[in-house]
Amino acid sequence: MADWAGYLGLMLDGALVTAKLTVLGCALALPAAFLAGLGRLSRHATVRALSVAYIEFFRGTSIFVQLFWAYFVLPLIGVTLTPLQAGVLALGLNVGAYGAEVVRAAVQSIGREQHEACVALNLTRWQSLRHVLLPQAAVVMVPTFCNNAIELLKATSVVSLISLSDLTFQAQVVRSQTGSTALPFLTVLVIYFAYASLISFGMKALERRMTRGLDGLRT
Amino acid sequence: MEWDWEFVREIMPMLLDGLRITLLATLLGSILAAVAGLGFALLRRSKSRPVARITGFVVEFIRGTPLLVQLYFLFYVLPELGLLLSPLTAGVVGLGLHYATYASEVFRAGIDNTPRGQWEAAKACNLTPYQTWRHVILPQAIPPMIPALANYFVAMFKETPLLSAITVIELMSEARGVANSNYRYLEPMTMVGVLFLCISLIAVPALHLLERRFRPTR
Repeated sequence: MADWAGYLGLMLDGALVTAKLTVLGCALALPAAFLAGLGRLSRHATVRALSVAYIEFFRGTSIFVQLFWAYFVLPLIGVTLTPLQAGVLALGLNVGAYGAEVVRAAVQSIGREQHEACVALNLTRWQSLRHVLLPQAAVVMVPTFCNNAIELLKATSVVSLISLSDLTFQAQVVRSQTGSTALPFLTVLVIYFAYASLISFGMKALERRMTRGLDGLRT
Repeated sequence: MEWDWEFVREIMPMLLDGLRITLLATLLGSILAAVAGLGFALLRRSKSRPVARITGFVVEFIRGTPLLVQLYFLFYVLPELGLLLSPLTAGVVGLGLHYATYASEVFRAGIDNTPRGQWEAAKACNLTPYQTWRHVILPQAIPPMIPALANYFVAMFKETPLLSAITVIELMSEARGVANSNYRYLEPMTMVGVLFLCISLIAVPALHLLERRFRPTR
C-alpha cells in the first residue's frame, strides 16, 4: 500500500475527466434533444422523418456500439476524433435522442387551450413556441432531464474502454498496479454516487426555482 | 475502405454465436431483475423502518453508479472474498441487480396504484399478509406493469455489450476479436449495430402489443 496518496491523486484526475465528459455530453445532448424533439413536431415531413430516424437510430442501438463506431469506424471515412471527442459525441447524441422524446412529450402535454389561445392572439408558430409553450413545457421536462443526466454520467464509464483515462479507467490502473481491488472500486463507486447525488440535488433546486409561483396553476 | 460483403458472410456465424450469448444473458438477467426487483420493492415497504431505509439506500446507490464499475466489482473483488463467479454468471448478476433497482420502482408504482379498497377488503376477509399479497394485491398490480418492465428489459439488452469488458464472449467481444485479427473494423462494428437495431426494431412492435394487451381496464 505504498504511495496511497499518489493513487488517490490519479483517481481524482479520472474524476475530473468524468466530470468534463458529463458536462460536455450534457451540453451537446440538450440542443440535440430540443432540435430533434421539436423537429418531430414540425410541419415539414422531411424534418419529421429526419428527427425520427435520428431518435430511433440512437435509441435502438447501444451506447457502447455507437462509441466504438465513432472511435473505430469514423476514422476510416476521414473523421479522426480523439477519445474525448468521440466520447462526447456518442454520449451527447445518444442521450440527446432520449431527451428528444422528453421534449416532444412535454410540449404535447401542454393543454389544447394554450395552442388555441396562441392562434387567437395571432402569434406566429415561433412566437407561441418561444413565449407560451416552451416556458410551460420546460417545467415538465426538468425531472426527466435529471434522470437523463444521471444516465449520461453512468454511461461515461464506457469511454474507459476506448482508452480515455476517466474514473473507471484509473480504477483499473490502480488495480493492476497495486493488486488491491476492493479499495479502488469502492472509492470509484462512492465518487460516482456523489456525482449522481449532486446532479439530482441541483436539478431539484432548479425545479423548485422554475415552479415558483406556479402552484395551483397546473393540475 | 470498401464495404466487403464476402467478409461479412465469413464473420456472420461467429457474430450469431455471440448474439446467442447476448440473448441468453438478457433473458437470465431479466428473470433475476424481475424477481430481485419485486424483493426490493417489498423490502422497501417493510414495516421495520431500518430495513426499509437500508433497502432504499442500496437501491439508490446501485442506480447512481455505472453498471460497468459494478461488473468490475463483481468480477474482480468477489473472488478475493472467496466467491469465484464465471464471467457470464457475474455478468448476469450485475445486469440483474442493476435493472432490479429500476424494476423495483415499477413494482412500487404498480403496488401503490392498487386501490385502497382492495387492502381493506383483504383485511375484512381476514387474510394473512402473505395471502393478501399473493391472492389480492400482486395479481392486480403486476399486469399493468408488464409494458414498463419490458421497456427496461430492452434497455438491458442494449447494455449487454458491457459484459465484454469482463471477458464474456458475447456479440461485441466476438466482433472486436474478429476486427482485431483481420484489422477490419468497418464490417464487424457496423454488423453489431445492425443486429442490435434489428432486435430493437422487433422489440418495439412487441412492446406496443404488450401495452395493448395489458392496458388497465379500470
